Amino acid sequence: FLGAGGGNDIQWCFSQVKGAVDDDVAEADIISTVEFNHSGELLATGDKGGRVVIFQQEQENKTQSHSRGEYNVYSTFQSHEPEFDYLKSLEIEEKINKIRWLPQKNAAQFLLSTNDKTIKLWKISERDKRPEGYNLKEEDGRYRDPTTVTTLRVPVFRPMDLMVEASPRRIFANAHTYHINSISINSDYETYLSADDLRINLWHLEITDRSFNIVDIKPANMEELTEVITAAEFHPNSCSTFVYSSSKGTIRLCDMRASALCDRHSKLFEEPEDPSNRSFFSEIISSISDVKFSHSGRYMMTRDYLSVKIWDLNMENRPVETYQVHEYLRSKLCSLYENDCIFDKFECCWNGSDRQRRNSQLTSSFLPPVRSIVMTGSYNNFFRMFDRNTKRDITLEASRENNKPRTVLKPRKVCASGKRKKDEISVDSLDFNKKILHTAWHPKENIIAVATTNNLYIFQDKMN
Amino acid sequence: MAAPLGTGALTEETGQEKQDAQEKDKAVPPERAEEAKLKAKYPNLGQKPGGSDFLMKRLQKGQKYFDSGDYNMAKAKMKNKQLPSAGPDKNLVTGDHIPTPQDLPQRKSSLVTSKLAG
Repeated sequence: FLGAGGGNDIQWCFSQVKGAVDDDVAEADIISTVEFNHSGELLATGDKGGRVVIFQQEQENKTQSHSRGEYNVYSTFQSHEPEFDYLKSLEIEEKINKIRWLPQKNAAQFLLSTNDKTIKLWKISERDKRPEGYNLKEEDGRYRDPTTVTTLRVPVFRPMDLMVEASPRRIFANAHTYHINSISINSDYETYLSADDLRINLWHLEITDRSFNIVDIKPANMEELTEVITAAEFHPNSCSTFVYSSSKGTIRLCDMRASALCDRHSKLFEEPEDPSNRSFFSEIISSISDVKFSHSGRYMMTRDYLSVKIWDLNMENRPVETYQVHEYLRSKLCSLYENDCIFDKFECCWNGSDRQRRNSQLTSSFLPPVRSIVMTGSYNNFFRMFDRNTKRDITLEASRENNKPRTVLKPRKVCASGKRKKDEISVDSLDFNKKILHTAWHPKENIIAVATTNNLYIFQDKMN
Repeated sequence: MAAPLGTGALTEETGQEKQDAQEKDKAVPPERAEEAKLKAKYPNLGQKPGGSDFLMKRLQKGQKYFDSGDYNMAKAKMKNKQLPSAGPDKNLVTGDHIPTPQDLPQRKSSLVTSKLAG
């Protein structure tokens, strides 16, 4: 990255941007989650207004080899509505906290979407033909007088304009007292977990009236509450293993074979803290906002306020790698606490399948190293990528000013202190209202989706 | 960190040294300097930020209060006066203020299609 690398570095170019141009953002339009499906053909977003928008990648035009397919709107629907729980005097936001796709089993696509309290399984199906030639009905639906029917015919299916329909197939409700922060589909593709601040439940995708509680960290006396669950995820290969992170910066790995209630962890991942560095902010900035397993399942990545950490599942006492996202914010923590930004929950993601891939353009005797890159967002509409092999990192900006397709994005640099160079931006000039909390990486290609407050940017690798 | 916080002496010192600390990270780590700033502004800030109160507030997100009994009693008490209306932040109903139906924000579902699909 930063231009100094070998020919193998990814050169990111602007591809598309979705959403309104105007600065006056309606709260409902704030994007709250972004997720590619397993093939990468579909890209789903959820927003604060409870709506889901799904984009579909156009089929690649073989003659236009310089660009991959564009993403266009495929389906949009209202997933969740605002509710008011009268018994508890509790307002339930319709904001979509997470979307997770199921792997495709048949022609239809399925996804799970959740707000604070209710998870829904949505079926997205295509209809491109309809039956015509009924005996008792006219084409417009009016019924024919049976006495006028003199001959019989067999209705046939005729093509029609493609219609994409979304229908809720399952509603998983009433299982969470606290606010759901994560859902994760098991590698068995039959069960999934949902996690709130204090509990984690295990569901079967077919069964909505029951779920098993597998983690419960609620203390008997709420005065003794010291930490909450912030994220949870199933292991990608081991169907009995899952992890959950906490507001105190710890990650617990649990094995469901050990006991029905996994309150006792199998592994506890925690980096020892230097007591001399402890401050009022230490615990807040150590709170983990996201946890993601690597595709292989050997590693997991966590995001806390200032850094991204890579953990080897075989080593609990410290991460194997730590990447600073925006260390310059450490000397701004007071203001960030006052404006609540210190509580922003940034997500993180791995590049697409980190399995070795053969580049067909190179000779067969040379295989490029397995590329492993992690990405996360920051402020001022900046987002960061860290290449775990080269140890290089890059800061890019999601902005309409870099609108030219196939023009490589210019790296950004923040000047922490001292004399600001040309093209650098000083910490005090950063716009803390422009946060990139949600990013996603296509599972197979170098295509990324980056959500600003209300816009979705798609960037892709400049092809040869 | 010898000087106890809140004496004022430490904050003055860190104010001067802040530039140095950021660049050389010697005398005062930036995090501590920030902590001192915060405590200078809010002397009554509790010692444990991750403690029970803080987490309880997080767990109670979405809690709204409207009690029709309180509302009618307050109305009866102040027959001839205007009911006190909510302060600038209508969403936050606290203290002696009796919530009225107008104070609770209207929740309407989004009937408009997302602009991402536009």
